Amino acid sequence: MKDWFKEGTPWIWFTAGTVSVSLVLVFGVLWLTAFQGLGYFWPKNVAELTFIEKDGKAIRVIGEIRDTEEVATRRLVEAGFNIKTDAPFVTRSLIKLGNRDITGVDFRWFPQPLISNVTFPPDLVTVERHEWGNFYGHLKQVKEGPQVVSEGAAAFGELRKRVDRANDLFREILRIEKHEIGRVNYHIEQTRLRERRLQLRNQLTDEAKAQIEAERAKRQGEFDALTGRLAQLRKDIQRDSLVAEIMDGKLIEVPLAKVSDVFQANAMSTPQKIGHYVRKFWEFLTDDPREANTEGGIFPAIFGTVMMVLLMSILVTPLGVMAAVYMREYAKPGPLIRTIRISVNNLAGVPSIVYGVFGLGFFVYVLGHNIDQLFFPEALPAPTFGSPGLLWASLTLAILTLPVVIVSTEEGLSRVPRAIREGSLALGATKAETLWRTVLPIASPAMMTGLILAVARAAGEVAPLMLVGVVKLAPALPVDSFFPYLHLERKFMHLGFHIYDVGFQSPNVEAARPLVYATALLLVIVIVVLNLTAISLRNRLRERYKGLEGV
Amino acid sequence: MSDGMMTAQTATGHAINIGALDRAAAADTSVPTRTSIAVRGLNLYYGTLQALKNIDLEIPHNRITAFIGPSGCGKSTLLRCFNRMNDLVDTCRIEGQILLDGKNIMDRDVNVAQLRRRVGMVFQKPNPFPKSIYENVAYGLRIVGINNKAVLDETVEKALRRAALWDEVKDRLDISGMSLSGGQQQRLVIARAIALEPDVLLLDEPCSALDPIATAKVEELIAELKDKYTIVIVTHNMQQAARVSDYTAYMYLGELVEFGPTDQVFIKPKKKHTEDYITGRFG
Repeated sequence: MKDWFKEGTPWIWFTAGTVSVSLVLVFGVLWLTAFQGLGYFWPKNVAELTFIEKDGKAIRVIGEIRDTEEVATRRLVEAGFNIKTDAPFVTRSLIKLGNRDITGVDFRWFPQPLISNVTFPPDLVTVERHEWGNFYGHLKQVKEGPQVVSEGAAAFGELRKRVDRANDLFREILRIEKHEIGRVNYHIEQTRLRERRLQLRNQLTDEAKAQIEAERAKRQGEFDALTGRLAQLRKDIQRDSLVAEIMDGKLIEVPLAKVSDVFQANAMSTPQKIGHYVRKFWEFLTDDPREANTEGGIFPAIFGTVMMVLLMSILVTPLGVMAAVYMREYAKPGPLIRTIRISVNNLAGVPSIVYGVFGLGFFVYVLGHNIDQLFFPEALPAPTFGSPGLLWASLTLAILTLPVVIVSTEEGLSRVPRAIREGSLALGATKAETLWRTVLPIASPAMMTGLILAVARAAGEVAPLMLVGVVKLAPALPVDSFFPYLHLERKFMHLGFHIYDVGFQSPNVEAARPLVYATALLLVIVIVVLNLTAISLRNRLRERYKGLEGV
Repeated sequence: MSDGMMTAQTATGHAINIGALDRAAAADTSVPTRTSIAVRGLNLYYGTLQALKNIDLEIPHNRITAFIGPSGCGKSTLLRCFNRMNDLVDTCRIEGQILLDGKNIMDRDVNVAQLRRRVGMVFQKPNPFPKSIYENVAYGLRIVGINNKAVLDETVEKALRRAALWDEVKDRLDISGMSLSGGQQQRLVIARAIALEPDVLLLDEPCSALDPIATAKVEELIAELKDKYTIVIVTHNMQQAARVSDYTAYMYLGELVEFGPTDQVFIKPKKKHTEDYITGRFG
């Protein structure tokens, strides 16, 4: 036994155990987010059941069964439910009732002993709407204006066709609103800024005035034409509607203008469900969010996250590398440089929110304000760079991740063999030439390591971003078709903040919960992809310099 | 006629009478030649430690001169003075003169980069850059600003041919120089140095990291190169010094003990100390 200890066998078990624990934790996290998040897109069957209310009345309930849990029977009895059982615990089910605009409750718990007659009628239709969430009911009629065009079993086919038409119109309206009117607005704003600029410079001559007025009139004409088309489309889209019987027996008419998708989950076959799943997942990846971020997609958040990380990398790499080169190659080693190095290392330990405060106080208020005064006086008092935006967020994260880049670059520089440097110097290269042509390329894998660490840290950071540029809902992407195409002053959306917002700031927490997991999974995937890109880049560099000791 | 000249040229400290040479045994040294590098009263300090003590030495043009001596005797340090590699050591301080074709290279106005192009150096361990063979050889030229493809191609080929490496690598000039064998790497490094057409080639124990066959090849190459370059070689290997060099300098504890034609130093050393070292009685 003593020998067993001496040999270190327990030590091996202990160390291997910690590795296993870490692995279990990592995979547990991934599995949980994947399991909870990916299930969200699966079309869920809609149940119809009878429930005995507290006052003894039987009501009909239609909805998706989302969750079950055990509760103390006493608690339910005290709450007024008429449950006759000796068991201390009973299960209850969480049912998504939908029809939030009519009944006011989206989710409700139902104790199972009071539930009976659970069926899944195939004619139950799930209607996804642009607002107010899902609608469930027995489809009765499809109407065109006041006219009933289809009824009974054939109604769903007709409905599907008309929903597709409504969706086409809806997309067209959205396109005109966002792009065409956006373009006109952009030009009108540019005209206003030009006028203001001339005014500030005292160059607003009558000629210029006339020109601006002409421009304005032209844009106004375009705007009116577009509004006319929009009005026509809005009228068109109102044409159709569906009528369905909801759980309390009322007939409700839903205009198709509000409908984004209809399906009969109970009647779908597995391949149909898979198709539906794929479509929903794709929508999630590519659509804009709706309904206070609790529905629709998260494309702007993915885009914003990636943009910010890329911009951060572009900013932090030259800065960090140059600082490291000076400290390692040029500065005389001594107490001063040692102090600087310790300070840099400690910067890595400063809480990120502190960087956020710094970014807001210095970049946004001081730098941004001055930039506005110097370069964008015509837009004042509305800030251009003087408010949080993509540039400031990237810059804040760049200084947040600067220490890791400096430290790993320094390490890489210190590992470049002396023989290589001497070889270059002996060929008549100056120190600077040696650095550029030989030392820095050899140290590049180490710089990439720094960048990988920086990306990993920056992509997951949320706290400082809330202060310097991330918003709940950005009106436009930071990249579009208007000069200068990349709008660094714009606010943007971010997956990390999106998770926080959907999870904690949402009006409909139950509905948003699966979205939180799905978004979290996507954030992890985005970070993994960014990291893998950097790692493969580094490996390619390493391959090139392999064989050099210590690299 | 050369005897008088050589004696006159030699510095006073450790005057060597070349006239006393065994001419039959040393064909090379009998041919008159001018001095390439002259060292005058050189003292070198690392901080307070004196590594070279009052060295006076004349290295003949287009000959091979070997520095021998036990470890730590200062032979590498002296070699690194010739292209001012010691500048890289912060604590290093040098007194005295080193004249390269009559010009003191220790002067302030000397452009070190230019000097190093004239005085090429090959190190103990092969140190090719992690670049292709072609780029390794073209490195020095590109530094000078030569980027013309035709000129580069020609110079690279010429240098590789002269370094006896061309036939082995001509079909794979784009592979990494680091993927060659040790001996090939060392010849690549030599090619890299001679691509710049230097006057002097400094070799700092060029074979100490190589196997015997690679060593033989490099030695053969060195012998061939002496027509065009003044070569100074530092070596630990006495046989190597005897085999390849025309002149030999024996150093001990920072002092130049004896300098003369190789045959003389090895066969009839003037100093007892030299004889002891060469015959392996110490060191």
